[in-house]
Amino acid sequence: MSFETTLVRLEEIAAALDRDDLPLEQALLLFEEGIAKLREASAALGEAEGKVQTLIEQAEGVFEVNG
Amino acid sequence: MTTAAPGETSAQAISVADLTETAKAVIEGAFPRLWVKGEVSNLTKHRNGHWYFSLRDAAAQLTCVVWARDTRRIPAVPNEGMQVMARGQLTVYPAQGKMQFQVDALEAEGEGLWKKAFDETKARLEKEGLTSPARKRRLPRFPRTIAVITSPDGAALRDVVSVIRRRNPCVSIVVIPAAVQGETAPASLIAALDRLARWGGADLLIIGRGGGSREDLWAFNHEDVARALAACAIPTISAVGHETDFTIVDLVADLRAATPSVAAEAAVPVLAEVRQALRGLADAMSGGLRNRIQHGARELRRRGEGLSLRARRVTERRRARVQQLAGRIEALSPLAVLARGFTVARSLDGHAMGRTAAFAPGAPFDLLLHDGRVRATTESVHTDGPHLTKEDTKP
Repeated sequence: MSFETTLVRLEEIAAALDRDDLPLEQALLLFEEGIAKLREASAALGEAEGKVQTLIEQAEGVFEVNG
Repeated sequence: MTTAAPGETSAQAISVADLTETAKAVIEGAFPRLWVKGEVSNLTKHRNGHWYFSLRDAAAQLTCVVWARDTRRIPAVPNEGMQVMARGQLTVYPAQGKMQFQVDALEAEGEGLWKKAFDETKARLEKEGLTSPARKRRLPRFPRTIAVITSPDGAALRDVVSVIRRRNPCVSIVVIPAAVQGETAPASLIAALDRLARWGGADLLIIGRGGGSREDLWAFNHEDVARALAACAIPTISAVGHETDFTIVDLVADLRAATPSVAAEAAVPVLAEVRQALRGLADAMSGGLRNRIQHGARELRRRGEGLSLRARRVTERRRARVQQLAGRIEALSPLAVLARGFTVARSLDGHAMGRTAAFAPGAPFDLLLHDGRVRATTESVHTDGPHLTKEDTKP
């Protein structure tokens, strides 16, 4: 799942949790999912510094990125 | 003996070929490559790719040719009557015995041909809807990998990299090198777009170059480059030259950035803001859940109170009924009858003895009274004696 989709899902969860008509049990499940997604997103942000690399096509359709 | 120079006498006549070849050599030697101005007339595009036309003014005209390989450098076919400047070499075309100007560059007055080419390409792309605002895609808010198609050693790449690094060091940048000026640039840019599509590892593309002359930027006005960019599977940002440079590629990109630095700013959010957004989401979630739990607790309490009220009501109703039943049971109890002065005879094995047939002379039995028991023995049994009547049961 991409960072973008993770964040979109987090926004959905936050919006759903804001509603009063959500059954409590479902709210807890959503919250649990949200926490997992938050960890995922934070971990992605904490990853090693992004690189500047060059795309090289070594053979037809065989790609390599290296810096 | 003196010999006449070639062509001096009829005996020394020279061939047509020799004369025209000599004329060709003389003319080419006398005139360097130069610019000539005039009005375009009778332009025809031959199917072999060469263009033929005349340059003329009020007094004279000059036969011109543009070889196919040179037409590629000319942005558009000039209109009939257009005032142009043509650069070329004056020569002679021996096969027709004509003086001919071999053009390798053509410019029109003012914006001229560039504008014409731009307008024509723009009109074609517009007609196909490729420049429509409805086609513009939203950029990813948090791209992870940004592809940059540009010259690997140009200023544009330096700017893009430094701005992205400063804003968000977590984002990866993958450079797809391409020539961004010169005759090879369109094909090189198209090949880079093709590699990007087949690789598929980026979620946003920045394509562009730094500032330069109009000729330098021309590859970004190339129709095929624009079409290749329009076909790109991921959102695109164009960043060509400076703020005032507007290209065809800008029209089809999802976002046109004034410069490469602006493109980089539009492409990535500041990392601190992303972290803040995450914290905001975490707060919103736990706040939402807390509210939900409090709401749930209130609901539970409300329902609990309702429940106990109902239970209390049921219990009270039951208690009243039990009391009522108890009263009735007491009234029906044989003990109550005994209390009124009656006795019951019971056999020793516990059966009530309600008929004379149950008594046998000499057999013992019990008499039950309301305050105890009397053991008795049957003296004799009489079926003809006085019976118990309704009157006797009255207390």
